[in-house]
Amino acid sequence: MTLTRSIQYPNPEPEVQTRKPGRATAMRLIVPLQGVVQGRGGLIFGSLIPCALFYFLQLYLKRHRSSNSRSNPPSPSTSSPNLAEITRTSSRSNLLSRGLIGPVRISSRAMSIAKPNDSPYYIGLDKASEDPYDRISNPDGVIQLGLLENRLCFDLIAKWMSENLSDSMMGREGGDLSISGITTYQPVDGTMELKLAMAGFMSRVMGGTVSFEPSQMVLTAGATPAIETLCFCLADHGNAFLVPTPYYPGFDRDVKWRTGVELIPVHCRSTDNFILSITALDQAFNQTRKRGTKIRGILLSNPANPVGNLLSREMLYNLLDFAREKNIHIISDEIFAGTMYGNEEFVSMAEVLDSENFDKNRVHIVYGLSKDLSLPGFRVGMIYSFNENVLAAARKLTRFSSISALTQRLVVSMLLDTRFIEEYIETNKKRVQNMRDLFVAGLKTLGIRCADSSAGFCCWADMSKLIPTYSEKGELELWDKLLNVAKINVTPGSACHCIEPGWFRCCFTTLAQEDIPVVMERIRKVADTSTLCS
Amino acid sequence: MAIEIEQPSVGLSKVAVSKTHGEDSPYFAGWKAYDENPYDESDNQSGVIQMGLAENQVSFDLLEKFLEEHSEASSWGKGAPGFRENALFQDYHGLKSFRQAMANFMEQIRGGRAKFNPDRIVLTAGATAANELLTFILADPGDALLVPTPYYPGFDRDLRWRTGVKIVSIHCDSSNNFQVTPQALEAAYQCAESMNLKVRGVLITNPSNPSGATLQRSVLEEILDFATRKNIHLVSDEIYSGSTFSSPEFISIAEVLDARDYKNSERVHIVYSLSKDLGLPGFRVGTIYSYNDKVVTTARRMSSFTLISSQTQHLLACMLSNKEFTENYIKTNRERLSKRYDMIIKGLKNAGIECLKGNAGLFCWMNLSPLLEEPTREGELALWKTILNEVKINISPGSSCHCSEPGWFRVCFANMSEQTLGVALERIHKFMEQRKRKET
Repeated sequence: MTLTRSIQYPNPEPEVQTRKPGRATAMRLIVPLQGVVQGRGGLIFGSLIPCALFYFLQLYLKRHRSSNSRSNPPSPSTSSPNLAEITRTSSRSNLLSRGLIGPVRISSRAMSIAKPNDSPYYIGLDKASEDPYDRISNPDGVIQLGLLENRLCFDLIAKWMSENLSDSMMGREGGDLSISGITTYQPVDGTMELKLAMAGFMSRVMGGTVSFEPSQMVLTAGATPAIETLCFCLADHGNAFLVPTPYYPGFDRDVKWRTGVELIPVHCRSTDNFILSITALDQAFNQTRKRGTKIRGILLSNPANPVGNLLSREMLYNLLDFAREKNIHIISDEIFAGTMYGNEEFVSMAEVLDSENFDKNRVHIVYGLSKDLSLPGFRVGMIYSFNENVLAAARKLTRFSSISALTQRLVVSMLLDTRFIEEYIETNKKRVQNMRDLFVAGLKTLGIRCADSSAGFCCWADMSKLIPTYSEKGELELWDKLLNVAKINVTPGSACHCIEPGWFRCCFTTLAQEDIPVVMERIRKVADTSTLCS
Repeated sequence: MAIEIEQPSVGLSKVAVSKTHGEDSPYFAGWKAYDENPYDESDNQSGVIQMGLAENQVSFDLLEKFLEEHSEASSWGKGAPGFRENALFQDYHGLKSFRQAMANFMEQIRGGRAKFNPDRIVLTAGATAANELLTFILADPGDALLVPTPYYPGFDRDLRWRTGVKIVSIHCDSSNNFQVTPQALEAAYQCAESMNLKVRGVLITNPSNPSGATLQRSVLEEILDFATRKNIHLVSDEIYSGSTFSSPEFISIAEVLDARDYKNSERVHIVYSLSKDLGLPGFRVGTIYSYNDKVVTTARRMSSFTLISSQTQHLLACMLSNKEFTENYIKTNRERLSKRYDMIIKGLKNAGIECLKGNAGLFCWMNLSPLLEEPTREGELALWKTILNEVKINISPGSSCHCSEPGWFRVCFANMSEQTLGVALERIHKFMEQRKRKET
């Protein structure tokens, strides 16, 4: 949803002040003063009085400075949003505002978030929502391909809702969607009914090869707080997680904003189809350690967002070995596990842990219903951990992000309707695969190839041939053209921290089949003009 | 520097191992005792009666009736139009219709004496999250917030745990019914300064928890002036504003600002929730209302970590935009709370126990200092344990609320049936009789 651009983030920060102007002023007062005093009172006065004056001046300036927090040391990371930049910017306004009380201050954490969003992710979302495409009523509107939503099976869910909700809230016999019993304070980490239902659902969507324990679940209002809460549990301010690129732009917010934890990118290449290599992981680990930053874990999404590929069983073993060797954690975000298409099999971290004798205490899985059941608005997510201490802490922390009991009850009812769930899972798989095939084929006719993928709502398209210069700048120029000329909102690879320019994330699950030719035609127009110019 | 804990395996963060969650305090320990042996009217008449949880169950039937008569609130109609948008809706602005309904409801509670702009409402999953979020926004780690004592024990966790912010107490005592004084404000500020802490704001709860009294207008004016002088923020947690059941009338900080034409209002933020007034803590509905644009923007973005389910927003938008329902609810709820309050005060008085004169909230602030073996925190905790183990009632000791005077206890009266409350009062009466006999 939200995104903070981390690379080359412009940061005008005029209100912030530093000590430098103060000291210069003080010196300008003291030197002539010394001259005056020494003529009369001798060396002692000549030293004491200027020192005293200097001391009082500093005190005065200190009182009236609307300061930046002393407790936020500049972070050396290049990917952290701006805490470092804030303290480096200096301003003369300290002198001007002497004696005036400025506006009441908000924290440094808040300052970095308060800036207007100039990231392509936001600009694109805004444009798409201001002028949304509609085949009939607004055929020239912006087509939204930048939001990972799945609308393909809504008819099924809507049908279920209208059939099951009509008698719901009345507290009658058999009205098991009533509000009785759920209005009062509930266990903050979710009801046992929902945990049980989630265990069944997760097992089903992940192929039935692994089972989940309700007692190892902490439910959260979406996967977003699940990630943040895990970071609060596993790392201190200033520590870091390794994350393979390209990655979900939301991680920048979820991991870094309030925790002060850093993300260290581990770059993956198109030559490997963007699969992580242990060598690259090891390199990044060592480099970061040399800088003096402690790595606490690896953050993965599997299936991957944006690429949509899977980690093989062997890779999972290797990652577990690596984590054990370095004594770090692994967070595996498996939120797209139920959106597989094609023949490849998804292997959850949980499954691997089941089969082998690995130290389970370092593995934590994130899941949710926003993708697999298309209910992002309902806010249903979870932390699944094998570490009792993490569970104990997370259970307490999730009070800041608990799921509405009303929604828990509705979702339980839905998940327990096994006939519906079966139909939904099967139909969804088919429709997503169908849409993907059409979309990828469409791009192929334009000479745009996509990375191999087995899951998710988007394809990872290589438009490097269309960008004016092989650089981030070139990529953003193409993105701008696609948004404002072709009127298609896609996510540029730089927003996902991809090291190779020209890759774009295109979500196809908000489209209808008839829209695909429209999308391709619009891209073709821009592609033609791009190749003409380059 | 991250400390590697003694565990042989992979370490956890300081936040994870810290005790700042405060759940070892008697406030929460009593709940555990209740969970292990809960009173039940029919099945467990000798169990522990929970009087330590500020929950409102007296008006649940009104909610049920509304939903029975308005099925469109809990569904999306035939063919479910609007459902798709709702289920996909994860915009941190929140449903406009819901924000509008909340603004209207907040205005109604204040008798129309203050106006609320729906675009200044930020939604969070409960007031717990709202208070924490505001703290993240208004203060940096190591900074301090001033909070009048006695205060809600949850603040120790909500304001401090993940934020790294400190609480400095503004001491209040029974000499003036625990109202905040300018001297106490100044003393707290100086105390913070002497510890080298930067004070970023004052956080008040009005109506007060645990004392159960609304703040006088003059006190609100003083606190606002103080915050303005020091150029700090003022957070007013008004979560019990709709639970004012007798005079004096509740006065919101919004009214004080209105009277001043909203001058200097960008330092003021109000926290509200439906957990107490509407008895819906399970639904996780909280709000931040801020007069500061930057705070609104930032809070909105941060609320991504704590969004309210769109299904819940939809249902409550229907409910709260129904003026007939809300008017009737507010009025009836007040009457029932008043009746409960009278019942408990009378019952306690008969047992020889005095309470602070309260006019709001779901609890009363009881003075048991005459019963203490020694006028200390230890004496208070000993008495608390006795009451829990012998009388089998869970009440909250003042020390867990940081009260500087030992012997005060918070007793909730709205989270059980009238019959259960009667049983609790009988037990207290018997206990007091036994003590009297022991003394003679």
